[in-house]
Amino acid sequence: MASREMTGSEIVLKALVDQGVDTVFGYPGGAVLPIYDAIFAQNELRHVLVRQEGGAVHMAEGYARSTGKVGVVLVTSGPGATNAVTGLTDALMDSVPVVCLTGQVPTHLIGNDAFQEADTTGITRPCTKHNYLVKEMEQLPRVMHEAFHVARSGRPGPVVVDLPKDILMGKGAYSGPENFVHRSYQPGTKADAGAIAEAVELMANAKRPLFYVGGGVINSGPEASKRLTRLVRLTGYPATVTLMGLGAFPASDPQCLGMLGMHGMYEANLAMHGCDVMINVGARFDDRVTGRLADFSPGSKKIHIDIDPSSVNKNVPVDVPLIGDAGEVLGQLLRAWKAREPRPDNAALETWWRRIEAWRSRDCLKFAASETSIKPQQAIKRLYERTRDRDVYITTEVGQHQMWAAQYFKFEEPNRWMTSGGLGTMGYGLPAAIGVQVAHPESLVIDIAGEASFLMNIQELSTAVQYQLPVKAFVINNQWMGMVRQWQELLHGGRYSESYTAALPDFVKLAEACQWTGLRATHPDELDDAIDAMIATDGPVIADIVVEKEENCFPMIPSGAAHNEMLLGPDEKAEAPVSEEGMVLV
Amino acid sequence: MSDTERHTISVLVDNEAGVLARVIGLFSGRGYNIESLTVAEVDAANALSRITVVTTGTPMIIEQIKAQLDRLVPVHKVVDLTNDGPYVERELALVKVKASGNRRVESLRIADIFRARAIDSTGESFVFEISGSTEKLDAFIGLMEPLGLVDVSRTGVAAIARGMEGL
Ligand SMILES: Cc1ncc(C[n+]2csc(CCOP(=O)(O)OP(=O)(O)O)c2C)c(N)n1
Ligand SMILES: [Mg+2]
Repeated sequence: MASREMTGSEIVLKALVDQGVDTVFGYPGGAVLPIYDAIFAQNELRHVLVRQEGGAVHMAEGYARSTGKVGVVLVTSGPGATNAVTGLTDALMDSVPVVCLTGQVPTHLIGNDAFQEADTTGITRPCTKHNYLVKEMEQLPRVMHEAFHVARSGRPGPVVVDLPKDILMGKGAYSGPENFVHRSYQPGTKADAGAIAEAVELMANAKRPLFYVGGGVINSGPEASKRLTRLVRLTGYPATVTLMGLGAFPASDPQCLGMLGMHGMYEANLAMHGCDVMINVGARFDDRVTGRLADFSPGSKKIHIDIDPSSVNKNVPVDVPLIGDAGEVLGQLLRAWKAREPRPDNAALETWWRRIEAWRSRDCLKFAASETSIKPQQAIKRLYERTRDRDVYITTEVGQHQMWAAQYFKFEEPNRWMTSGGLGTMGYGLPAAIGVQVAHPESLVIDIAGEASFLMNIQELSTAVQYQLPVKAFVINNQWMGMVRQWQELLHGGRYSESYTAALPDFVKLAEACQWTGLRATHPDELDDAIDAMIATDGPVIADIVVEKEENCFPMIPSGAAHNEMLLGPDEKAEAPVSEEGMVLV
Repeated sequence: MSDTERHTISVLVDNEAGVLARVIGLFSGRGYNIESLTVAEVDAANALSRITVVTTGTPMIIEQIKAQLDRLVPVHKVVDLTNDGPYVERELALVKVKASGNRRVESLRIADIFRARAIDSTGESFVFEISGSTEKLDAFIGLMEPLGLVDVSRTGVAAIARGMEGL
């Protein structure tokens, strides 16, 4: 019910608290000074002062993806808001629930090119799930609560609330979340019963089935992963996991074929190519996964669970769409599967598993270790082996190291793996790790970084120090923008145009200058010690792992190729040169 | 593309700032076609507007367009009139023709056939008001061209389902 008069800023903070927010990642400026004044006067909300607004959004993403809660950002108008755009786009592509509060010039100045005015709602319209400009005091409580409802329900995503300074300074009545029901946005969560029956029928009669598991399972919450694991084990069918889905199904389970896609596992991609029934749970047929669309899993009937109807039949025609929340729909499928008491075609399934085992025996992640230099694969493999029994969270930057991390680090649980998948944002990993560490102060949080990406949000080193966050940066330092170099080698005749970073900082000295601990390993013999020392150090650490410079990431499906045209290693040549069509793909 | 279809889609939206930009941005951002788009408030008490959009695309694209529209937060309802049974659509145009002598008489004669009304005239010009299907308007404007067509203003398509059901 309406209560006493409060300032707009107080209403904003009260709404955050009532929405269960405990932490805000932000940076002050003229337009949001009233909110900062209100923050000064309270102690329910913790404010984490970032070093650049772009970092704030990635921190909120890391916080959100490791907790399942909405991440919250507070930035000023104009440059504060425009700096947040990359993070917002990242959160949109990867379906991360974020509410970003932006300051705005007072309503009477909007449109006048006032100091630090930007058309924030205009700029962020295509990179948010929804956005609001609050022009009237009475709207403020409703908009604040709606923003959280929109960010977290259905397919989650970023929401911007643009707050003119006169609204923040004005007075109005507050009203709690219980008083608002959104009048149009109420996405359904349960799939159609008829479609469930159809899906179970297809699954029961499958001869070469495959689960294709995506980030939607993780977004749905930990219960969805449990149900998925139950269903996969009940059926005995194999499962492959996308980059965003890592951890949704335990990597150590014998039924897990690992990641699929461009740098996915040989057995996963060939199983995708050869399956006759595909059960897509919360994945979106991304082009990194499908390869050449015309030859993507050509012989399969496709079941697709997705909460977003626009993901269904977007790239790949689907036979049985199940529109709803992954966890709910998996519950429906489990019940229907048990009720049907299916008698699977064991002979066919055995043959299918035998084929999969044959692909598996190719051991596509094997690599030749070196006695003189650290192989990046080795570095990540050892990092995994020496941290696997710990309470560990991993973030990454973007590039080869990211793909190696996805291949060699094994995840048994959801919410442990944070990477920029859809947008591929270099500079994501360090701030994301800080956000994760804020939410899990006692856990081991490691950013598996490339040296080029790491520099993109390097200013956040000092944020970690200010809040005593012991994040670890495990820098796979190959001195190259390795992934760019790899594409130039494979697609551009080895013309390495601008992909070498000639004047890298000394990361150990950089660490020290920023009050981090700096470590370095350059020889394979030093690797384990460096990893152990990194873990044992109380505060934040940069471990500069100087690796083999020109290692390429395999397996790889060359652009424009199909799953069965995978390259397993450096000695394999593609069957055909990359087509012109393939060359134009990103 | 050979299997391209033309669809008329009605979208019921909250009449709030930016809603039209959201819809138009969706079409431009994802590369969909807009043949015509009209919008006006239709329910002031509930602050609801109705957008009628005529678009073309393959059946898969048309499905995408509807799904993408439907997931916009201020969208209440998306109806594909082309798919959902009989409907009527009308467009209105104001057509200015500058002509004298025989051509002036001819323009009036054609206007009469098309049930267009002259709503402004000078000694040398008319403004005709005509409504009907897009094709009818195209035909009328085509016939006016050689007679001295000066200017055309069209509203775009408004459409509604036949029968007694509402949106
Ligand atoms: C912001 C941004 N700019 C450019 C790119 C294109 N890009 C993808 S990977 C990459 C190189 C990354 O180098 P590094 O961080 O050292 O990782 P490595 O591939 O060497 O492991 C670049 C430039 C990107 N993904 N993001
Ligand atoms: Mg590098």
